[in-house]
Amino acid sequence: MARTTYKVLKGRGFTFWSIMTLHALVILIGLGATYYMEHNGHIVTGMNNRIVWGMPHVFAIFLIIAASGALNVASISSVFNKLAYKSFARLSGLLALALLVGGLAVLVLDLGRPDRLIVAMTKYNFKSIFAWNIYLYIGFMVIVAGYLFVQMSRGTEHLTKPMGIVAFAWRLILTTGTGSIFGFLVARDFYDTAIMAPLFIATSFLFGLAFTILVLSFTCFTIRNQLMTREVMQKFRDLLIIFIVVVLYFTAVHHLNNIYITQHHGVEKFLLLDSPVYSTLFWGGQIILGSILPLLILTNKSLGSNRSAMTLASIMILIGGLAQIYVIVIGGQAYPLEIFPGWDEISSSYGDGQIANYMPSLPEILLGVTGISLAMFITGFVLTILPFLPEPISDE
Amino acid sequence: MSDFIKGSGDGCGKEGGCGCSSGSAVNSHTDHRETDMPQTRRGFMKAATALAMITIAPGITLFATGGPAKARPLDEAASPKIRWGMLIDASKCDDGCTKCVSACSKENGWKDNGRPDTDAQWIRAVTLKNRKTGATATLPLMCQHCEEPPCVDVCPTGASFKRADGIVLVNKHTCIGCRYCMMACPYGARSFIHEPLEDQKDHAPRGKGTVESCTLCVHRIDEGRLPACVETCNAEAGGALMFGDLNDPNSEISKRIATYASIELRSGLQLNTGVRYQNI
Amino acid sequence: MTSMRIFKFILSIWIMVIGVSLPGQLSAAESSLLPTIAKGKGDKCVLPTEYMRRNHMDLLDHQRDETVLDGVRTKQFSLKGCVSCHAVKGTDGKAVTVKDPKHFCASCHNYAAVHIDCFDCHASRPGEKDQFGGLKSKPAGHDVAALKSYLHSGSQTGVLTGQQTSLRGRNK
Repeated sequence: MARTTYKVLKGRGFTFWSIMTLHALVILIGLGATYYMEHNGHIVTGMNNRIVWGMPHVFAIFLIIAASGALNVASISSVFNKLAYKSFARLSGLLALALLVGGLAVLVLDLGRPDRLIVAMTKYNFKSIFAWNIYLYIGFMVIVAGYLFVQMSRGTEHLTKPMGIVAFAWRLILTTGTGSIFGFLVARDFYDTAIMAPLFIATSFLFGLAFTILVLSFTCFTIRNQLMTREVMQKFRDLLIIFIVVVLYFTAVHHLNNIYITQHHGVEKFLLLDSPVYSTLFWGGQIILGSILPLLILTNKSLGSNRSAMTLASIMILIGGLAQIYVIVIGGQAYPLEIFPGWDEISSSYGDGQIANYMPSLPEILLGVTGISLAMFITGFVLTILPFLPEPISDE
Repeated sequence: MSDFIKGSGDGCGKEGGCGCSSGSAVNSHTDHRETDMPQTRRGFMKAATALAMITIAPGITLFATGGPAKARPLDEAASPKIRWGMLIDASKCDDGCTKCVSACSKENGWKDNGRPDTDAQWIRAVTLKNRKTGATATLPLMCQHCEEPPCVDVCPTGASFKRADGIVLVNKHTCIGCRYCMMACPYGARSFIHEPLEDQKDHAPRGKGTVESCTLCVHRIDEGRLPACVETCNAEAGGALMFGDLNDPNSEISKRIATYASIELRSGLQLNTGVRYQNI
Repeated sequence: MTSMRIFKFILSIWIMVIGVSLPGQLSAAESSLLPTIAKGKGDKCVLPTEYMRRNHMDLLDHQRDETVLDGVRTKQFSLKGCVSCHAVKGTDGKAVTVKDPKHFCASCHNYAAVHIDCFDCHASRPGEKDQFGGLKSKPAGHDVAALKSYLHSGSQTGVLTGQQTSLRGRNK
């Protein structure tokens, strides 16, 4: 049996450096946008007292979900002993770490008082799922770093499986926690539901694999044909199809459940039918672009395992995924709180009873995009210094 | 006592007679009205009324305002034996009246900058209409000071907390401005400060990047005074707001709640709010 | 070589002389190198100056938790008290805010380049006495005074009348 060796990314040509420079520029611009927001206050953003979490949070949650899912490939190999994926385990771990760092950076930089990060790290209210998430995120980073370490250092390969199991369990708890951030909110009709946690877990599988395929396609130009063999592509294709279907399932159950409950008719009608923004994003973004079109591509006999087709499908999935998170995070806030059931016309200076308006501002969008660039920059950078790329397995 | 009798014996001294309300005090010359009624009887009536009013005035104050809070010694901590609450009678809240909102904003230093989306609103007037029955109502809405506050549950640093006497507050020293409490509040009671502030009231510190909400005028309560909204509504408007100790069965508010039906907003959430409403 | 050694010797003497005299020069009150800190009200602070210089932050940290979390409002270490005693008058006759380098806290903190967090939220100068524009509320007893002025003046307005009106219901 061939033993996989790993190497550092060597083929660093013009394309690689230009992509890295682009990411670095985006990060700098994003940091500038952050300074602008922090110095002038959130008045310069589109967020307000009704829509308190905006584009930065959409991107942050998107990245955090993708991070936990990106570890999936590694988990399949270490936990479920599928050797075909073993060679991608290190890259998968790195991607998970990088995406999480990118997501957390966006989240922290959007705080009203990011200078109080030390307070957030030292004072904990353990009844808060948010506080638990902070522990889960940091623990995830430590565990994945440890998982990567035991794979790299000699004499510790036998620890790979136990570390892999711990990492897998941890990431399931982490994503459950991320979903519960919304699921535990009794205040809003769209959130107060246990299905948020499994919905986010299913979504994490999908986003994680899509990101992994994208990174493999774009990073390793010189060796990708050897790296992404037909066999591997077919396996990834099968997984993607399953994950898309599972996400569609949980989304359907969430909405159908709400449609059955008369109390929630208002928010469902708003999100699925009435809203020019959220309905379009849901049907056009998540369903058509993010689920149906990729399914059509992936189930096509000739296109299915083609690397370019899969890359295109992955991009569509991720854009649809952004739309999905946007509808959940912002659509859920836009619908007014039901404080006075039984009364029809409600008005106040706060906008009670009215749909809240939200127009993302440029600094917010820049900050969100910076998260993605940060994740990709870290991935690219670490690949050049640590041996994470598998040497193509030669047939013997 | 003699002060009152002397004062009531004289008129205002303005030419043109009785309709004066100028408020000038004791005058030495007599008014033409004096000849219509014997001075002693008029004086006696005024004095008797004064005496009666002085006797029942504190009672009137108590009844109308729900009883002022007792001032607590400076070094004494808030007591868990007390639970501060408010009772709002929506039928006494007038359409279009926003006196409680103005009082709160003047007292605590938040302003209407003409941008209602981002301006802080500790209290707001809500108008309701039922299309089927035609009924309408107005009422003020502020932090409900729940016994089981969702905002306290979700705050990652514990900045959102409930004081021993039931007032839900934000400890701005610890608030990191994550706005999760604003997501969690079922009443939309919290505001985030979106811009740098200057010249805050020294009894109500507030700053950019932190979250705030109605404090039940905790600085006034600790001094034994009433919240600004309650005081203003009683003095200048319909007297819809009553404040007091919900744990004291003899307080005016407890007696009123025991006698007349009142509800919590979103009572299905079982948060046991400290603010209750009647007649909506 | 000898002249070099002599030169170095003279240079070192110069450096010693300047080095010894420098603190003396700097401690002169008019020196622009050290901060000019305004004197507070009264003859002394709540605790000795040297102690305050080192430990004021600990006192403030402790006091703020007591006040916010427990409602203890003792005056000795209250920030309002500090701000009130240490207020510095500006050119317009009003107390200066922390943005002005003459402000008591700013004068030292600017020198030490330590950012002050407090005044993002707290007022950095004493507030007006009556912050409640309009109604002047006092603890129990104010209704008797209002009654007295009502009877003296014959006026129909007043706190007590307002309360009576609300008893009778709306008279709109």
